[in-house]
Amino acid sequence: MKIKMLSFIALFLVSLLHAQTVEVCEGCMYKTLNEGIQAAKDFDTIFVKKGTYKEYNILVDKPLTIIGENYPVIDGEMKGEIITIVSDSVTVDGLFIINVGTSYTEDYAAIRVKRSKYFVIQNLVLEKLFFGIYLEKAQHGKVFHNKIIGDAVEEYNSGNGIQLWYSKDIEIEHNYVEHVRDGIYLEFSDHCLIKNNVSANNLRYGLHFMFSNDDIYQDNTFENNGAGVAVMFSKKIKMYNNIFTENWGTASYGLLLKEINDAEIQGNTFIKNTIGINIEGSNRINYLNNNFINNGWAIKVRGACYTNHFTGNNFLYNSFDISYNSNINDNVFDKNYWSNYTGYDLNKNGIGDIPYRPVKLFSYIVNRTPETIILLRSLFIDIIDFSEKVSPVFTPDNLLDYNPKMKRIEW
Amino acid sequence: MLKILKYSFYDLMRSRWSYVYFAFYLLLGVVLLFLNNDLSKAVITLMNVIIVLVPLIGTIFGVMYYYNSKEFTELLLAQPLKRSSIFLGQYLGVAISLSMSLILGLGIPFIFYGLFKSTAIWDFSLLLITGTFLTFIFTALAFNIALSNENKIKGFGYAILLWLFLAIIYDGIFLMSLIMFEDYPLDKLSLIGTMLNPIDLSRTLILLKLDISALLGYTGAIFKQFFGTNFGLIVSICMLTVWVVLPVFRIIFKAKKKDF
Repeated sequence: MKIKMLSFIALFLVSLLHAQTVEVCEGCMYKTLNEGIQAAKDFDTIFVKKGTYKEYNILVDKPLTIIGENYPVIDGEMKGEIITIVSDSVTVDGLFIINVGTSYTEDYAAIRVKRSKYFVIQNLVLEKLFFGIYLEKAQHGKVFHNKIIGDAVEEYNSGNGIQLWYSKDIEIEHNYVEHVRDGIYLEFSDHCLIKNNVSANNLRYGLHFMFSNDDIYQDNTFENNGAGVAVMFSKKIKMYNNIFTENWGTASYGLLLKEINDAEIQGNTFIKNTIGINIEGSNRINYLNNNFINNGWAIKVRGACYTNHFTGNNFLYNSFDISYNSNINDNVFDKNYWSNYTGYDLNKNGIGDIPYRPVKLFSYIVNRTPETIILLRSLFIDIIDFSEKVSPVFTPDNLLDYNPKMKRIEW
Repeated sequence: MLKILKYSFYDLMRSRWSYVYFAFYLLLGVVLLFLNNDLSKAVITLMNVIIVLVPLIGTIFGVMYYYNSKEFTELLLAQPLKRSSIFLGQYLGVAISLSMSLILGLGIPFIFYGLFKSTAIWDFSLLLITGTFLTFIFTALAFNIALSNENKIKGFGYAILLWLFLAIIYDGIFLMSLIMFEDYPLDKLSLIGTMLNPIDLSRTLILLKLDISALLGYTGAIFKQFFGTNFGLIVSICMLTVWVVLPVFRIIFKAKKKDF
């Protein structure tokens, strides 16, 4: 009786909305997704059954819900863009999209959203792609739980996994992106949330911000990319609880900051990167409670960085903790734990009695003559480091942590 | 040779110095672990100690043993024995007993601390392997010095000088020359410079494990091939073997010609 009532109500609601379902399959009335879309009315649901559909340039120009059942394959046959959404309120769910065309003049994408609002793109699998999900002047959308696996070899002829261009208020969650140029790329995109994604083995950056403000990214993992995350020319970015690991190479960084102001970097973990964070022209940034473990350089400060605060971070077993290329410093280091600290704590308040000087002379020498890295951990180097520590000449005189913690900081 | 090896080995095992050496490493291992509470950090500290102290002790001990057992050597020379087997036996006796003190002295505290369950086991075994190599190299060098110098004081002087040179001065000269010629491509030179000094060589071997992320920061194809693959490990171990073999050959050669 109850079920009957419920189904009656449901039927009533459905008929009220005039929403119908359209089925697309080989034996159905509509054999391609394109035909299905043309036949559907606004707010209809299209079910795409299992099978292979060789289609490209599919235009979604009305508010529809497109749902794939058991991952139907949409094969673009390398001919161009596959799905283009130009309407508001479109949902795309559960498709397997492969073979996006490569072009040097146009950015073909597996799925593109153009000037639309309230869209949801979820549970897609994209392979053999040029650009994956391309959001162009889109707003209030959600990109959720997609898997993007590229086969990029060279930077110049490959595209990005998820690209945002002039988009606002987008949520990007639980995606997995690998082997593309930039895993996730934001250009002129504000107020976006990037959460719980994994971006690995990408040619350039795992996540890339350009001229994008007020964004948050948190709980993501960036592994073995050209560089983990690059944040450039952006303001008020919040970076929480991300993991940056094994970004190895001559120009590889866990996190690259360039012309960034007023950011928050909190609770992140940097493990085994050549350079944990590379900072250039970045001001008023708070670094709080981050872990730097086994990096070549935990933090490399290139210049023009003022009023940054490094508080309560753990620096564990890095070859170099901090590296400066000049002897001027305007940044504050306070209450961090340094595994290389050799001082003592006589009054037992958990804070070392003598200040710690994190910049070594040797890091200055390596900046000048990179080949000298081969003398790392040599006794001679320890001796000259010690003499520099006693009376600094080449390294910033006032760069000291006055309250170095004696034990690893937990939070 | 084996018989002489056995005699010098047992002789050394009974001597006070072996125990002192063993006790020193045991104490070092225990104190490090007690203070650090962290295996990987202890391994780094230990590396600094091993690449400096093992060569020093190897040289001093080798020279000392040679001069002390000189009368016994002369007695042996009067017997129908091959000269090479006498000296090689003595050399191996010293080198093996020193390596044993090192391995046991450091190994026991680390094993009790749970080395086998830790991920640091490979770093640690590499440390012991390089320590053993260094012992063999520097004992051989010490025997060379002692064979060439009748005067004890001179011999000790040269031995300490050799250690000082290879452990500290060499790196200083190396660093200065790298900075002086910084305008030129230096990656080959820096690798060759490392190969020519056994202490640097073993340091590099350990760097490959501990600081690989920093080493890969340098732009250079040769560096990248050396550090990025197993190539570096293989070449380093081969060079260490060469560093053992060459001084040992000189011991045999010198011992054959020497008048006693």
